[in-house]
Amino acid sequence: MIVDSSSPAPAKKSLLLSSEADLQRTQTPYVTGTSVIAIKYKDGILIAADMGGSYGSTLRYKNVERIRPVGKHSLIGASGEISDFQEILRYLDELILNDSMWDDGNSLGPKEVHNYLTRVMYNRRNKFNPLWNSLILGGVKNGQKYLGTVNMIGVHYEDNHVATGFGNHLARPILREEWNENLTFEEGVKLLEKCMRVLLYRDRSAVNKLQIAKITDEGFTISQPYSLKTQWKFKAFENPTVGAEGSW
Amino acid sequence: MFRNQYDTDVTTWSPAGRLFQVEYAMEAVKQGSAAIGLRSKTHVVLASVNKANSELSSHQKKIFKVDDHIGVAIAGLTADGRVLSRYMRSECINYSYSYESKLPVGRLVVQLADKAQVCTQRSWKRPYGVGLLVGGLDESGAHLYYNCPSGNYFEYQAFAMGSRSQAAKTYMERKFETFTESSRENLVKDALFALRETLQGEKLTSSICTVAVVGVGESFHILDKETVQALINEFEIAGEEEAPANEAAPQDQGGDAQAGAADQGPTDQGVAPMDI
Repeated sequence: MIVDSSSPAPAKKSLLLSSEADLQRTQTPYVTGTSVIAIKYKDGILIAADMGGSYGSTLRYKNVERIRPVGKHSLIGASGEISDFQEILRYLDELILNDSMWDDGNSLGPKEVHNYLTRVMYNRRNKFNPLWNSLILGGVKNGQKYLGTVNMIGVHYEDNHVATGFGNHLARPILREEWNENLTFEEGVKLLEKCMRVLLYRDRSAVNKLQIAKITDEGFTISQPYSLKTQWKFKAFENPTVGAEGSW
Repeated sequence: MFRNQYDTDVTTWSPAGRLFQVEYAMEAVKQGSAAIGLRSKTHVVLASVNKANSELSSHQKKIFKVDDHIGVAIAGLTADGRVLSRYMRSECINYSYSYESKLPVGRLVVQLADKAQVCTQRSWKRPYGVGLLVGGLDESGAHLYYNCPSGNYFEYQAFAMGSRSQAAKTYMERKFETFTESSRENLVKDALFALRETLQGEKLTSSICTVAVVGVGESFHILDKETVQALINEFEIAGEEEAPANEAAPQDQGGDAQAGAADQGPTDQGVAPMDI
């Protein structure tokens, strides 16, 4: 629905255009991040995401931080269009700033931030100009853990474990089987790494450089980037061109 | 204090550095009928005296629910109070819509105060002529605030405003240290006692007062007449019409206008029609 105003169109102006400037509507994404997965564990929330920014089918950028802190109590993980994520971070920055300026001991918790994001995403969707992202919002406030997700069409929900994109298809079945509410930090990380490894094998947009972030009542940490060990020495992969000489 | 040459509009300072229009607005609050509030760690009680203009008319509504966790009692120009209550409700519901959680009471009162301040600095406006006792509960506990036409606000353990509120304040000053740990029942009892002080010997019945409560696990709601009357009877604080032997309530001051008991009619003469 991108309308070009400079084309030699008939004199009648489209009734759908609200103003000359408002030409951009439904977009296509350019630089995108792939899955984010997150779980509640004993002390708080764990979120994992790789550091890839794909340009279509090219794995173009390999140092994109897709998990960020929001205020004192939350973390946000994003997949989808990276520039839209950067815009969302600016909205959140302003939100948290205005919240801090009250200087009254109150602060926005993860539930409030999630709901705010839901309103933003849904309103943009209604104007046919979405922020092309799927977001995960997790955090802890006053001992209460919270984990929710919202995407570009405004669908939002909370759960004990959430994922975006391919993570929904590949990671969540694993989490449904193996998640429990008393996971220790080590168990949680192992579980997320198991899911990330499956995504690394099966998702073409995945890169082998990831960060895992945790948030508890004490605060947050985002790990340094690291890689997963993978196993490719399978018999079926040896001599792949046998029986089809000349192919690659 | 009245009829100065610097009191014509709110944007004129007096040489002594006062804004008389704002002070006159605060006078309007004092002319309204009494409203009191007190709080414990977990509950806030608001109570007001509701006089009707005549026997034929209904009582003026002075206590408004703003949200499940906030309520407000007003004194002064009730029309102004109604408008501000509507503003407060609007702010609360907009916050809930955006953030799926309750607007902290402290933020609401700041917004209210800033709104009042605007009217003290525009030549085409006048200050709101109503004092608001905002009682509410949020994450940081139970709160009671008083918002003034001047745009000031303070947090209180207990407060009273309106006509003869000093009597209620005196009562509460003696007892306020017990309020924090008070139970809900005792808090309501103290509210009724304090309210009775403002009646100057008139009989306290549920038909002339309104009581509202908000607390942990308890949404803001106005107690119905039967409940209030039952509480009044239970605490035997209706008034000192019978001989002292019948009276069991220990806190009564003896000088509590026995002489005034005969006087049933409204004791404020010349109340402007817009003030209740």
